[in-house]
Amino acid sequence: MDISGAYDSILYDIAGGFSLLVLLLAGIVCIVWDIFENDEPVLPFVAAMACVVGIVWEVRNLDAGSSTVFYDSIRAYGLASYINITILLSALATVILSVPYLKRIKHGYGEVYALIVFATAGAVMMGTANSLVTVFVGLETMSISLYILAGLVRRDEGGIESALKYFLLGAFSTGFFLYGIALLYGATGTMYLPEMASGFIERGELTLLFWAGIALFFVGFLFKVSAVPFHMWTPDVYQGAPTPLTGYMSTASKAAAFAALVLVLYYGLAPMPVAAWQTALAVVALVTMVLGNLLALVQNNAKRMLAYSSIAHAGYVLVALTAGTSQGYAGAVYYLLIYSLMNIGAFGVMALLEWDDKEGRLQTIDSLAGIGFRKPLLGVAMGVFMFSLIGFPPFGGFFGKVAVFAPAIEAGYTWLAIAGVLASALSGYYYLRVLYVFWMRTEEQADPAVRARAFPVSFSSAAVVVTCALVLLVIGFIPYVRDLTQIYFDASVFATMP
Amino acid sequence: MEIALSWYLGLSAVLFAIGVAGVLFRSNLIIILMSVELMLNAVNITLVALSQYMGEVSGQILVFFVMSVAAAEAAIGLAIVIAIFRNKLTVDVNNINLFKW
Repeated sequence: MDISGAYDSILYDIAGGFSLLVLLLAGIVCIVWDIFENDEPVLPFVAAMACVVGIVWEVRNLDAGSSTVFYDSIRAYGLASYINITILLSALATVILSVPYLKRIKHGYGEVYALIVFATAGAVMMGTANSLVTVFVGLETMSISLYILAGLVRRDEGGIESALKYFLLGAFSTGFFLYGIALLYGATGTMYLPEMASGFIERGELTLLFWAGIALFFVGFLFKVSAVPFHMWTPDVYQGAPTPLTGYMSTASKAAAFAALVLVLYYGLAPMPVAAWQTALAVVALVTMVLGNLLALVQNNAKRMLAYSSIAHAGYVLVALTAGTSQGYAGAVYYLLIYSLMNIGAFGVMALLEWDDKEGRLQTIDSLAGIGFRKPLLGVAMGVFMFSLIGFPPFGGFFGKVAVFAPAIEAGYTWLAIAGVLASALSGYYYLRVLYVFWMRTEEQADPAVRARAFPVSFSSAAVVVTCALVLLVIGFIPYVRDLTQIYFDASVFATMP
Repeated sequence: MEIALSWYLGLSAVLFAIGVAGVLFRSNLIIILMSVELMLNAVNITLVALSQYMGEVSGQILVFFVMSVAAAEAAIGLAIVIAIFRNKLTVDVNNINLFKW
């Protein structure tokens, strides 16, 4: 490696990795400040500002040509900016929703915001990785912060059990993921994604080492995105973790993992014969959609229902990845943005409607009967999120589903797309049931504890929820957002190797 | 005497399998934690061996990251185990069964 130009390129590196550096700086400021001023109310503001600065910077760079910085370790501009915006928006919403929530459950420590920011930095690093080393380091930075956040309420046995399950299965899957990286490294001779492909073209054959590596690598990834054979941890973790942080896990961390998978598939593996893992991904996508939706049908707890729903949505994204075309990858990235907005909003509403003081793990959906009439703003916003999650036409979710299913049909996976649409239709039952309970039942049917409770909604939380809902109403009609993802993926790299 | 690459890879695979078996079949949380560490260190052997064999340095760089990640995971893991023990006075995974289906 030639390092003679290190000082010349440092400004370029700082510009390319600006949002990542701002996040890391904000995280350090938060955690050091917290030592001197315990539970300083400015800390969430610092965290939120870091996200805002990052979003503004990335929006400015959306049109810039994609490049790599820090010695090809991470990607910057273009597609990377788009992914970063998705992650940073989820993080910003999480920080704002967490402030009143954590104050209410008396866990508003300053470290929480430092950890959210560090997790976001890890997510950004992973979602824009250009080397397997960066994928691993980003993944672990994110996961280790999230293990702590999941167990934030450590006096509650549900909260700590959620943290334990997240930690054990996360660390276990990390082992597989890392072994996959090691074997891929041995098979390709490089850690850098674009070079992996060229190594293959030179060698012209795929070894056993490669297939073992790719299998372990996918197992690790599928654990992280909670696809079905490896989904067991998701409902337990989501149910027990503090609700706004659950929203973070289901959006930012999932978006980052999927983005890294897209980058690996597109930059690293695109020139290779895709049929081999297309079949595997198709099967996983089918099982994930069907099982996720079926198990969501029988849940009484809203957070657990949303956990199974997020498993199902991972299946929809996998449908797009199955296609293995530039449209498919673009559709997946577009879907992640929309999915993040819907899910952070839905978890935000559930955080505001929480009454059991056990992170919502004991309250049933039915207990909130008629709450829509008492909290019309939350009720209407929840309506938007639920219809959008189903994929109902005017809302963002519909356009997202079109973007993920259409490439699969073009690639010859019509049966998979049909299964996806049927699974979405099935999902209507449990999403609409929430709205039925919120709006079609009277308040007398609600739990007495709910009727006695005021559910104060702070202005900032309401603003986040309403903004998410409004964006979902219009995002499908902004072709710019959707077409933007199309220009990031160049179809010419799919020169299939014999 | 030069030891062939395949021996290192074999050793690493066996250690990894022992780690996986430990996670799957033991019920004591501390032993599960140790098994996870064993899995990570087994991969380190693969990485160092392949890196040395190919004369390429990035595998060994990853090993340093893996060691620091393993240390961080051990710290978090033990903290979570202590919190579990204070709550339930047990470190047996079979007794941590609040959430089902």
